[in-house]
Amino acid sequence: MSATFAPQSRASMAASTLRWMRENLFSSPFNTVLTLLCGGFLVWALPPAIDWLFINAVWGRKPVEACEAVRGQGACWAVVAEKFRFMMFGTYPYEQQWRPAIVIVILVSLLVVSGLKRFWNRRLFVFWTVGIALAYWLMAGGLGLMPVRTGQWGGLPVTLILAIFGIAFAFPLGILLALGRRSKLPIIRSLSVIYIEVVRGVPLITVLFMASVMLALFLPVGWQIDQLLRAQVAIILFVAAYLAEAVRGGLQAVPKGQYEAAEALGLSYWQSVRLVTLPQALKISIPPVVNSFISLFKDTSLVVIIAIYDFAYAVKKSVEADFVWKKYFIEALLFSILIYWIFCFAMSKYSQWLEKDLARGHAR
Amino acid sequence: MRTESALPAAASRTSAGPAAHERSGEVIGSMPAIAIEGLDKWYGEFQVLKKINLNVAKGEKIVVCGPSGSGKSTLIRCINRLEEHQKGRITVNGVELTDNLKHIDQIRSDVGMVFQHFNLFPHLTVLENCTLAPIWVRKQSKSQAESTAMRYLERVRIVEQARKYPGQLSGGQQQRVAIARALCMNPSIMLFDEPTSALDPEMVKEVLDTMISLAREGMTMLCVTHEMGFARAVADRVIFMDKGEIVETNTPQEFFDNPQSERSRQFLSQILDR
Repeated sequence: MSATFAPQSRASMAASTLRWMRENLFSSPFNTVLTLLCGGFLVWALPPAIDWLFINAVWGRKPVEACEAVRGQGACWAVVAEKFRFMMFGTYPYEQQWRPAIVIVILVSLLVVSGLKRFWNRRLFVFWTVGIALAYWLMAGGLGLMPVRTGQWGGLPVTLILAIFGIAFAFPLGILLALGRRSKLPIIRSLSVIYIEVVRGVPLITVLFMASVMLALFLPVGWQIDQLLRAQVAIILFVAAYLAEAVRGGLQAVPKGQYEAAEALGLSYWQSVRLVTLPQALKISIPPVVNSFISLFKDTSLVVIIAIYDFAYAVKKSVEADFVWKKYFIEALLFSILIYWIFCFAMSKYSQWLEKDLARGHAR
Repeated sequence: MRTESALPAAASRTSAGPAAHERSGEVIGSMPAIAIEGLDKWYGEFQVLKKINLNVAKGEKIVVCGPSGSGKSTLIRCINRLEEHQKGRITVNGVELTDNLKHIDQIRSDVGMVFQHFNLFPHLTVLENCTLAPIWVRKQSKSQAESTAMRYLERVRIVEQARKYPGQLSGGQQQRVAIARALCMNPSIMLFDEPTSALDPEMVKEVLDTMISLAREGMTMLCVTHEMGFARAVADRVIFMDKGEIVETNTPQEFFDNPQSERSRQFLSQILDR
């Protein structure tokens, strides 16, 4: 029985593959042409790309001569191995670089923990407080660790600090602004509208310049605010305006009856926001909110214009400054692209999973 | 042998017809559940409610009907301040509805409401829908709120669905959950805003049966509905509204069989035609 069954199913599988191809790839003359063109392009482009990226590439820590030998035929990943520490940590003191390495682990863990529904309670607040304190201590030193000025910080930890703390603080601020914009109190509503519209109307670069240069003019003489902190605050204030609009969209999509039912049951404003309307609104806002998170992550690379050396800049600098390795700039760039892509793609995948998970059960 | 003192009380209850209620707010010792005096409400220029006077005694069941746009929903929504009124007084169990948030909270926690579109919270289970307000407003413990909720869910015969989400239930089941959710706050007055008009016909009965049994237990009810069977079964009075005014107040029997005003007759002939 099973002996006859197996070949049959294999045959039917082949048949169903053929059917799938007919339905999806060759359903019309136009589609057939498109399929052939795409197929042709892949046959033409893919093998050399794979050869260059993987097969002929120079992997691991090799002298530059190894790369010279395959120049044009294979990628020189040796440049990444050679410059890895500088790309990752920039000008952070070399013997102390275990500290930012731990900070990377802490920040990524915070991100992961925040994504798990079972931590969506007071514990999350504790994690973040401890995480921020620990990350700051490790980066800045003091209390037994060698002090390191923020001016010396660089590389991936700086990008992650700006992005992850940016998300963590901009998100609640954005929610408050969204609620403010829908408030019945005219003063709160106007202030929120003005804030959102002004901030959304200017480029991030100008906000960063403001924070970096102009702020010093307004502050009393002798006052100093750390450059990195200024950039961090500027990013938070900037992104909050975008998040506010994303969340407001969600709040508006919650049916009026939900607000009324909460009111009729005697829930206070904050209770009904927290327990009834916001959970539903945030679920609706997941795509635009994550969209903002992803652009925030990449926009952190703009801080280089106010002399903060993030990951993108460290990668650039690591090869630029070295006459020998300079020509393998493309490989270094591809490596930084890969790192950015991993983080952004992870966020995107997570948001898709979350949407599905939250939709389970309570589809209307 | 009956004591004399029981007599006036009984008399005032049996005579709870329209005439007695015009002035029952003044009757000492029988504070009405709801007292509405000279209520006016505008939406911008448009006046939705005009000089509404209505007293509802404790335990009384009132059906409000009228054509759409007559202000009947707005009227009951004023009672728990989902709508703000501009003129007149609304007093619920002796507490006047003003801008005072304390009064509003007090009244809301004493007045249950059932909506046309159920308005269950879709992100919470049936049980969580029922325990939310008792836990956060009444500050009950979770276990206490849950045992109360299960008792009411049992009463509306839906207890086996307690762990499901509203989206998994039929319209009739959702509306019964909405009734249970309101009852969990132990209200003394229930407002129903067209509770069966969004339901498929075969589900109307299960909801009305629930409402009828609630009425028989002595709940004070104010119900916007066109379900005449329900009105005949439980209503003490039917109020007919048109263009923001109370046009007729009558017993259900009289209202349906022998309506007093031209407008009521027109309205009734229209709904009977359906």
